[in-house]
Amino acid sequence: MTDTQYLAPATLDEAVSAFASANGAARILAGGTDLLVQMQAGVVKPGLIVDVKKIGELTSVEETADGGFIVGAAVSGAKLEKHPNFGRVWPGALEGLNLIGSTQVQGRASFGGNLCNGSPAADSVPGLVAAGAVATIQGPNGRREMPVEDIPAGPGKTNLAPGEIVVSFTFPPRPAHSGDAYLRMIPRTEMDIAVVGCGVNLTMDGNTCTAARVALGAVAPTVRRVPDAEAALIGSTLDDAAIEAAAAACCAACSPINDKRGTIAYRTQVAGVLLKRTTAIAAERAKA
Amino acid sequence: MAKIHVTTTINGEPEEFLCDPAETMLDVLRNRLGLTGAKEGCATGDCGACSITLDGTLVCSCLMLAAEAEGHEIGTIEGMADGDHLHPLQQKFLEMAALQCGICTPGFLIAAKALLEENPDPTETEVRFWLAGNLCRCTGYDKIIRAVMDTAAEMREAAQ
Repeated sequence: MTDTQYLAPATLDEAVSAFASANGAARILAGGTDLLVQMQAGVVKPGLIVDVKKIGELTSVEETADGGFIVGAAVSGAKLEKHPNFGRVWPGALEGLNLIGSTQVQGRASFGGNLCNGSPAADSVPGLVAAGAVATIQGPNGRREMPVEDIPAGPGKTNLAPGEIVVSFTFPPRPAHSGDAYLRMIPRTEMDIAVVGCGVNLTMDGNTCTAARVALGAVAPTVRRVPDAEAALIGSTLDDAAIEAAAAACCAACSPINDKRGTIAYRTQVAGVLLKRTTAIAAERAKA
Repeated sequence: MAKIHVTTTINGEPEEFLCDPAETMLDVLRNRLGLTGAKEGCATGDCGACSITLDGTLVCSCLMLAAEAEGHEIGTIEGMADGDHLHPLQQKFLEMAALQCGICTPGFLIAAKALLEENPDPTETEVRFWLAGNLCRCTGYDKIIRAVMDTAAEMREAAQ
């Protein structure tokens, strides 16, 4: 039996070096709301825990000069919710993050942890994908950027290379009249895992939709972007025909599992319903 | 196993302890520091019985490593009363019988205190959502919610 070690490096270079040299036996600790549960259950027993919360870049929120945001991968939901501007500009991305768990879990849970835990039902990921957020990743071979939708590889798996750490998420500058939203279907009112999640991000020019990004959660092995739904919305006035076409594209994009939370048929149908509801909220926000 | 030396602040007082790298904050509070107010209900972050504050933010101590306390400020139920003078929430929970077996009570009190510090005038819905991560299997919640609402009203009056 090997003992677990704990490191809380102050720099990213130290963190990457320690993480990479552990050869897969290490786990990154952001908020710990998944990692500690897995450790308690005996599912994982890391040889090394690398706590990244002493690294400034992972725990800060920056507004860029062009109106974008850079959100540290380990910034908690509670902290981001208190940011004066982020939730005003990206209400959908924020509501996805804020739907994870209880108030207590919000004190710790982060975009980076939620993404890297690799759950297909991760509530914050469809909003990140719909926003067009780009992850900054640092590893033994340096720094690179990767669109968020390219990171999930399947349940519990990511496309990060060995030793790579997600540092932050860059949200692009927001054109005028843009709005985003995230909705999920759960059988309760809070504190549950999504049966289906849907993130929509729109830009409007008058009544015409000029840009759209759509992402679904919990209906496939990974969170999935839905280009056909986006194509149905772009150029339309979000009229009934366009919305129906986008909803149908969402249903067609589903390849869910049957489980206790929902059947394949149910999840597939709900994906279309959520597309309609989420688009309506995003459009209202875009026009406001 | 090499122990980690942690220097932290608990309920405003400097504190040092040794812990195992994978030991939770809850286990250190209870087993090493004798602060047994925080309870272990589920150990998976679902029940809130282990609620504490970390630099003023409400968290589950079962989902936090004790080593993470280094340089931070921890608040526990033991620091809620001012000597023999109970916090208004504690007093109100007693007066309104907002508890039965008491296992969940420290978590509810810490969570409710964090709510009222952030929002002194919450609606009932806001109280219910804020406390959704605290489970009580005895009371049916109504007395707890009423006690928090009443305390909030009294604290607002007292502040005027």
